[in-house]
Amino acid sequence: MTTTYTSTKSSLRWAISDVFTLARRNLIALFRTPTLLVFAMIQPVMFVLLFRYVFGGAIPVPGQSYVNYLIPGILVQTTIFGAVSTAIGLAEDLQRGLIERFKALPMARMAVLGGRTVADLCRNLMILVIISSVGLLVGFRPHGGLLHYLVACVLMLTFAYCLSWGFAFIGLAAPNSEAAQAMTFPLIFPITFASNIFVPVSSMPSWLRVFANNQPVSQTARAVRGLMLGTPIGNSGWVALAWAIGVILILAPLSVSKYRQAA
Amino acid sequence: MSDYAVEATNIVREFNNGKFRALDGVTLRVPRGQVFGLLGPNGSGKTTMVRILSTILKPTEGTAIVNGYDVAKDPEAVRKSIGLAGQFAAVDENLTGFENLRMVGLLNHIDKPVAVQRANELLAQFGLTDAAHRQSKTYSGGMRRRLDLAAALVASPGILFLDEPTTGLDPQSRQDLWTIIETLVEGGTTVLLTTQYLEEADRLCKQLVVLDHGKIIAQGTSAELKQQLGATVLSLNFASTQDAQASLSVIADISKKPANIEGTTIELTVEGGPADAAEALRRLDATPIKLAGLTLREPSLDDVFISLTGHRAEAVTTEPAPETGRSKRKAQA
Repeated sequence: MTTTYTSTKSSLRWAISDVFTLARRNLIALFRTPTLLVFAMIQPVMFVLLFRYVFGGAIPVPGQSYVNYLIPGILVQTTIFGAVSTAIGLAEDLQRGLIERFKALPMARMAVLGGRTVADLCRNLMILVIISSVGLLVGFRPHGGLLHYLVACVLMLTFAYCLSWGFAFIGLAAPNSEAAQAMTFPLIFPITFASNIFVPVSSMPSWLRVFANNQPVSQTARAVRGLMLGTPIGNSGWVALAWAIGVILILAPLSVSKYRQAA
Repeated sequence: MSDYAVEATNIVREFNNGKFRALDGVTLRVPRGQVFGLLGPNGSGKTTMVRILSTILKPTEGTAIVNGYDVAKDPEAVRKSIGLAGQFAAVDENLTGFENLRMVGLLNHIDKPVAVQRANELLAQFGLTDAAHRQSKTYSGGMRRRLDLAAALVASPGILFLDEPTTGLDPQSRQDLWTIIETLVEGGTTVLLTTQYLEEADRLCKQLVVLDHGKIIAQGTSAELKQQLGATVLSLNFASTQDAQASLSVIADISKKPANIEGTTIELTVEGGPADAAEALRRLDATPIKLAGLTLREPSLDDVFISLTGHRAEAVTTEPAPETGRSKRKAQA
């Protein structure tokens, strides 16, 4: 009973391996849990259909078709919703005592958060592919070119990834996964709906317009939309990136310290 | 290397900025190669102690050395020395049994082929081979516990912490788990086990510590504790509380310990067993008091507590880790 298993890998390689091991585990859970899969994959498709065919006709957008306005917005909205699953996933792990088990293992300290956020990044990537395909089917015509399309995807994935690190804090602070979901709602709702994602901000009252115009999600959506449609984006791409970096620099340390206290 | 697997000295752990003391100066010496029991009711500090020894929580005061390594200074080396199976089978229910064990192997930094081999070995050893490729959410409670214990053993740790390993299990699963633990110890593993059950401590543990409100209130071998306690509990039932009260003066001196009276029931810890029961009957027969029932039973943890502390080991509601609201979480889990 005193066999020790020694390994030749360096600690950095093991840290990467730990993140990969846990990311894989989270993705397996995603594919084996129908409710998660529906939340992740079906719900955004429903949003596309809802806004394209039900609300869309009533929303005038100057200079372009509504479907071209909508799809980049929905892509941003959906990737940001991915951060909610970061919070829910961590709350569940905590609730089930898995984080306690992980903490007593000689694995890399940051691998639980790393594995969770990387899994949610992969999930977002899959969603981008699905929504983009559905978008093309319902008439979305991005004229910005493939390269710009990919840059737009990288930008929103980066923003969503950074946000995941912030939302990790909520997952670790919540007493259970239901509460985690409820706690993310008051944050996610205003930043996705009081924005230019579904409608141009020009129709909003002026006090709301100031917020909706300048908040980070709108900046990201503006950049993504411009890149995909081949219209000018001004400095919104850089502003979005700055927000993303700011979010991860400020919130990731808070989440990490919360993780250390948790369990 | 130290003779002790665990040496904890004056461990204090406070929660809520010092408003609550879960552990209040606990000192433990756990010798290698045996089962050491931490016995106590809910909220006595058992789980907090295990969390400190497995580096999950830091002690507020005191030092803990596990396998020769300080939990505060060298937690990494401690984690490599130990296996932990917590109070609630911490398996990922979306993964199969095999996937769970392989994951824990990889997270223990065991190379992949070895981790796979080890997973299969453990599944066979714990009778889970047939269920290896089923999601663990389909497992029974006993199977989950076995998988959880297997996960704690993936890296073949020399020291195993088991936090209430049989709580909530049916009698057969409990027996199975006891046999597994005994086999491990025969193989040289040191086991620190927490339990609420005297029977379990009695069966498995060579040495015991009894915790109450974060303090050690008794320690020794199971036999020593029993001796201290008296071998059997004589429980007498009366038709009314008046009868119970009245009989007290007649029979109280059969036991050397103070009698415990609750409503219509009197409990005496007795050394003579049936002979003492017969004595009680004889004496009561000579009085007009009507006896409604009489039982002799093995002492429970409650009896140990009444004997040691004068109060019942009733469940103090929270096993506290208030920083995270973890206790609430557990109750729901």
